[in-house]
Amino acid sequence: MFRFLFGLIAAVTAVNAAVAQGAAQERKLANGLRVIVKEDHRAPTVVHMVWYRAGSMDEVSGESGVAHVLEHLMFKATKTVKSGEFSRRIAAAGGRENAFTNRDYTAYFQQVPKAALPLMLQLEADRMSNLLVTEAEFSREIKVVMEERRLRTEDQPHALVSEALNAAAYFAHPYRRPVIGWMNDLENMSYFDARSWYAHWYAPNNAFVVVVGDVKAEEVFALAQKYYGRIKSRPLPERKPQLEPEQRGVRRVVVKAPAELPYLLMGWKCPVLRDVDKDWQPYALEALAGVLDGNESARLNQSLVRNSRIASSVGAGYDATARGPGMCYLDGTPSEGKSAAELETGLRAELARLLEGGVSAEELDRVKAQVVAAQVFKRDSIFGQAMEIGQFETAGLSHRDIDRVLDRIKAVSAEQVLAVAKQYFVDDDLTVVVLEPQPLDLAKPRPAPSGARH
Amino acid sequence: MLTGVKSERRKLVRLLSAAALWLAACAAQAALPIQHWTTSSGTRVYFVESRGIPMLDINVDFDAGGRRAPADKAGLAGLTHALVKAGSATHTEEEISRRMADVGAQLGGSVDRDRAGLSLRTLSSERERAQSIATLAEILQAPAFPGAAFAREKARLVDAVKEDETKPDAIASKAFYRLLYGAHPYALAPTPESVLRIQRADVEGYYRANYVAGRAVVTILGDADRALAERIAEQLTAGLPLAPGAPAALPSVSQPSSETLRIAHPASQSHILLGLPAIRRDDPDYFPLLVGNYVLGGGGFVSRLYLEVREKRGYAYSVYSYFLPLAQEGPFQVGLQTKKEQAGEALDRVRIVLDEFLARGPTAAELKAAKQNLVGGFALRIDSNRKLLEQVALIGYYRLPLSWLDDFTARVEKVSVADVRAAFARLVRPDHLVTVVVGSGEK
Repeated sequence: MFRFLFGLIAAVTAVNAAVAQGAAQERKLANGLRVIVKEDHRAPTVVHMVWYRAGSMDEVSGESGVAHVLEHLMFKATKTVKSGEFSRRIAAAGGRENAFTNRDYTAYFQQVPKAALPLMLQLEADRMSNLLVTEAEFSREIKVVMEERRLRTEDQPHALVSEALNAAAYFAHPYRRPVIGWMNDLENMSYFDARSWYAHWYAPNNAFVVVVGDVKAEEVFALAQKYYGRIKSRPLPERKPQLEPEQRGVRRVVVKAPAELPYLLMGWKCPVLRDVDKDWQPYALEALAGVLDGNESARLNQSLVRNSRIASSVGAGYDATARGPGMCYLDGTPSEGKSAAELETGLRAELARLLEGGVSAEELDRVKAQVVAAQVFKRDSIFGQAMEIGQFETAGLSHRDIDRVLDRIKAVSAEQVLAVAKQYFVDDDLTVVVLEPQPLDLAKPRPAPSGARH
Repeated sequence: MLTGVKSERRKLVRLLSAAALWLAACAAQAALPIQHWTTSSGTRVYFVESRGIPMLDINVDFDAGGRRAPADKAGLAGLTHALVKAGSATHTEEEISRRMADVGAQLGGSVDRDRAGLSLRTLSSERERAQSIATLAEILQAPAFPGAAFAREKARLVDAVKEDETKPDAIASKAFYRLLYGAHPYALAPTPESVLRIQRADVEGYYRANYVAGRAVVTILGDADRALAERIAEQLTAGLPLAPGAPAALPSVSQPSSETLRIAHPASQSHILLGLPAIRRDDPDYFPLLVGNYVLGGGGFVSRLYLEVREKRGYAYSVYSYFLPLAQEGPFQVGLQTKKEQAGEALDRVRIVLDEFLARGPTAAELKAAKQNLVGGFALRIDSNRKLLEQVALIGYYRLPLSWLDDFTARVEKVSVADVRAAFARLVRPDHLVTVVVGSGEK
């Protein structure tokens, strides 16, 4: 479901001052590649990530999904490494690896015993500049991607709702398109599209490296210079702003799919964090999400699931860091016999109660207690720490500000929470999507995709 | 919204094999020693001191998983587990949630076919630790099972079960276990009818019979010394119910006859599962199966199933195999999803890969590659408190040797091609292999 980006869940790589591990260090190579290293010597392992500032928001209409397709192709042959060899060498080194594509970025990672780190840099540097995108590899892999879309979107009613929300909430901004791509765009994609995506965006000056684990920062910088340093920087395509025009009234969408219970998803346009010192609304929105849904006794669960039993489950979320526009969400599944409309009424009543009565100091303290604890718990995972650095950086923030952001959430006042609730949870900025469940036996089987490749 | 190609596949495997073989080892090369004792009420305790971060992780597991529920009340194990935290003799449900949240503690838990357990992650500082552990002790020892919470959780479980009955992956999994286990309780899954039959008294009875001191296992990992860990273990277990006697004997698992079940579904993909009951947690062939399965379908992006089904033919995004060792014979499972129109071809290909592997086993090169990954990557299995806790809890619950993690790499190294072939030949017999296809319907 939805997550608070740094409030409570994904949050908080932060170093607790009392038990410092040392801050992350950063070095910029001459080709523009930035390398961020955080030493953590608890276990003899290391995580290595390369983040490209190229995600689905950089795609154009008709080519949706190409960022993600290229991510798949990055595991194929390069000029120097045969297809399949990349994964075989990482496996043989005892490593685990993967990659993920999002609206804002595409990232690749390996978790390995520390001795294997140089090999990881060597292999990632190789595929940063030497990838071969062939028609044969593409035509096999595009089928896998279409299976992925079937598995994770076509046959998942809640994913269809989420896809519909973005398509309806954004008229102009590329966040309207799904990361995985529309099926028809995948059916009509060619290896040439993937090849030009790679040529446009896979440059050291459009990437950064994050290394967290049992390493010495200076040694990592030297390795980075050795392997990544020889790749040339090059000019990047122009990025048009594609700003979303002001929304003028509530938007409502219905999605029909085989399911038992309805599902309701509401999204309001909200600001994201751009200036860590000057902005304050994003911190207040984080705290608001925590008051509504930060723990089991938080307002939405306590009121709608436990007390009135209108909902089988409810949630609240806020994407505070992003390259594009932000959104605040409420979502939920009505209990059997209740409708999505009744759940929407219940959620609105909770917002009204908050606007009338404000939030208590006790509730706010509870949210902050979890921020504090999460800062400590987060240190248990070097992977989580690397993820947080990467997400901050792709959103245009600095990893150096992670602690500062957390401190500012801890300083949010009840008045600020009330102020953002009043300002942003308004109908004119709202998009509502409802899943209308269809019986299995009456649901039409979907037609086979027409243009599927051989 | 990660759309990570491969990340999802791996996540899926991890979910499916929570206690599975693939993850099943770990331990420190610089092994953090596992300390073990028994509390005054007879609960076994496993403790690892780890002072790096000011936090504590605690697991309390009971022999109270799905296999202990009566067949006509499937869902009772899960419902009892959900209701334990719904109020105690001294605090309401809301107060319990708040007492945890106020100190930043995270209360979790899980139920599988063998185990039902609660987990707590808390700061180790005095106030936070004391409040969260006292609250955990309270809900374990004096749950009130309030009537309103019972009615609510029962209704939510019915909702969830009905929703599951519309999902092809859940339909496939339930049918798979039903065919594998027949009359054995591992076959059980809640139905709306079985949940509706459960009364509040059933929950109380299930708790008193199964959340008992003598069949509990406490695992503690983190920022505490032995004396503190002993006090915590006593505090958590001193007031637990005492066993009314030995638990009812469970039937043994028998092998099913090979069959293929097809269930129609409107989804665009068919969900395909193959497998049979295979491995107990104490099976001596654990390591040959671990190494062999890495080659067959467990090993990242290099397994035979991955290469033959996904990489070469593009049939599926996710294809995998795993063994899930349980107290009694847990399943061997192969799974994939593929668009309906090619489900037959994809299934044929999976069978070819499996047959070939059963007939010949891994090549020497594959065996070597598997060992390189499992041995070389051993540190990755225990490089966080979270991962290590999972391993220690498994060791404790299933009474594995305390040296299990220390011995791991040596036992992997010892596996030969012949060992793998023999273990698979003994436990994966084609005449018992069950296939479930949800999607394509009758052929």
